[in-house]
Amino acid sequence: MGRTLIDLIHIEKSFDGEMVIDDLNLSIPENAFLTLLGPSGCGKTTTLRIIGGFERADKGKVVFDGEDISDVPPNKRNLNTVFQKYALFPHMNIAENIAFGLKIKNKSKAYIDDKVKYALKLVNLDGYENRDVDSLSGGQQQRIAIARAIVNEPKVLLLDEPLGALDLKLRQDMQYELIRLKNELGITFIYVTHDQEEALTMSDTIVVMNQGYIQQMGTPEQIYNEPNCAFVADFIGESNIIPAVMVKDELVEIFGARFACVDRGFGNNKPVDAVIRPEDIDLVEPEKGTLVGRVTHVIFKGVHYEMEVTTPDGYEWLVHSTDLSPVGKEVGITVDPFDIQIMNKPVSEDEEAIGVNE
Amino acid sequence: MNNFLSKIKSRKILVFPYVFWILGFTVVPLILIVIYGLTDKNGVLTFENITSMGTYEHMKALILSLLLSLISTLICLLLAYPLALILKKRGAGAGRFIVFIFVLPMWMNFLLRTLAWQTLLEKNGIINGILSLFTLPGIAVINTNYAIILGMVYNFLPFMVLPIYNVLVKIDDNVVNAARDLGASRRQTFFHILLPLSIPGIVSGITMVFVPALTTFVISNILGGAKILLIGNVIEQEFTRGSGWHLGAGLSLVMMVFIFISMALIAKYDSQEGRTF
Repeated sequence: MGRTLIDLIHIEKSFDGEMVIDDLNLSIPENAFLTLLGPSGCGKTTTLRIIGGFERADKGKVVFDGEDISDVPPNKRNLNTVFQKYALFPHMNIAENIAFGLKIKNKSKAYIDDKVKYALKLVNLDGYENRDVDSLSGGQQQRIAIARAIVNEPKVLLLDEPLGALDLKLRQDMQYELIRLKNELGITFIYVTHDQEEALTMSDTIVVMNQGYIQQMGTPEQIYNEPNCAFVADFIGESNIIPAVMVKDELVEIFGARFACVDRGFGNNKPVDAVIRPEDIDLVEPEKGTLVGRVTHVIFKGVHYEMEVTTPDGYEWLVHSTDLSPVGKEVGITVDPFDIQIMNKPVSEDEEAIGVNE
Repeated sequence: MNNFLSKIKSRKILVFPYVFWILGFTVVPLILIVIYGLTDKNGVLTFENITSMGTYEHMKALILSLLLSLISTLICLLLAYPLALILKKRGAGAGRFIVFIFVLPMWMNFLLRTLAWQTLLEKNGIINGILSLFTLPGIAVINTNYAIILGMVYNFLPFMVLPIYNVLVKIDDNVVNAARDLGASRRQTFFHILLPLSIPGIVSGITMVFVPALTTFVISNILGGAKILLIGNVIEQEFTRGSGWHLGAGLSLVMMVFIFISMALIAKYDSQEGRTF
């Protein structure tokens, strides 16, 4: 990854005495497709608005390209935003909307016309210059909002849940389109969403946020396969978070049965949480399983079956498999060593609140 | 089927009070005004009542009325727009409270409010009394055009604030943010985004202030003494003092033209409002 383009240093922000962002530090590399991911109220949109200049941090600095821009108003920042619900100018037609930023900068008419045409082509809406904002569908309005931002050739594009208002199919199409745009433009995208699938599909870096903290930052694979806390494990996809004891390096005991794993350095006989993805659990003949349980629930999900396997201690394992094991059948549970992710139990109250120990 | 018919009938009955109201208190008086305005004392058709608007005396009152109400409307606009902007920025809770405070005086009788200003502005009134306490020279505002403008602005300002406020709160904050994001300064954002988007509110505000200001006779009676005649006073006097009902009705018909123009303006921008929002 390239050099650091944006640095958030010790950012703090509260609204009406309520802490929204607490001592946030984040380095955003040039050319990244970085996603701020988290549930509503986690501070992701506020973080984006602080970068965009619409919100001022109570404490801390925003450094852009080596320059402190904490006090620079949004119109003087070399970045543009695609807003939630598009925020197009309703009294202007499409061309005027896209041209707005360039007109403010007093560009020549020929240059503006060229740029508008180019931008419309880029978002696959050639020939829409004279249409009214109202005559466009949600997806088209979103493309115009993107076109309006990128004609200004920003170094960074901020996107605040841009696909939130679109239906599923359109959202998936737009995801690919955004990836294509990102590659064509070669600029940095900072993307805010609460949709974990969207984040996994599009980003090269995901920042998982919760209650104003950064929980984990990493590639989609790292975030999905190696969640560092129960919150991330639960928020990104589904998972079984099971109380366990780390017997020694590479050996973990779950409900009295010993599983081989690949984690080291947790100490001996230490209580931990084990995270196992539902699709990583293999159901086998009872005598071949490390643990034995009974299928108590089956739902057909299309791609796979979602099954609940209850072990004698009462824990309900969530299992995804393309092979059906009917309700009532006794099955064995095995897990490949590298599919078990070991996490320390939350220590502080704060972490307890953040973690999900259901 | 019978049940169905009786249902329709019973629904129809509900309409009668309104029909009666509109017929009795709007349509019939209007027709009477038209008849009176187009006839003389002997009931003969004439346009004299209408054309008498062109006489020097009436023209003077009309022009003064137009001038004073235009000035008042302009002052209202200049006062109301920044206030409406502040209310929008305040957000829902605080904004609504300020609007409430603002509308509060409107619950007091219009006549009382205007009379209160008379007491305040009088030669030996409260304001001059306070000024003389500090040995400052008194002001002679009562019975001048300024007093009338003051009365108009005071009484009609809320009618300017509310429509503008209503339009402004409907503008998505992110539309404003987007303009800033695209490089517009606060000033440019105001002139390119906020102002054009609030034109429907401004237009209805202007009509809601201008029309009553143009035809008022109470404010000019109380704050202008009997010296200053607005067109409203002229018409009022024709009806109350003389027996000039025919002339009064004729002049009223002319004034209605101005009101229709205002209504047409509102209708035009109302339909545009539907398009833009």
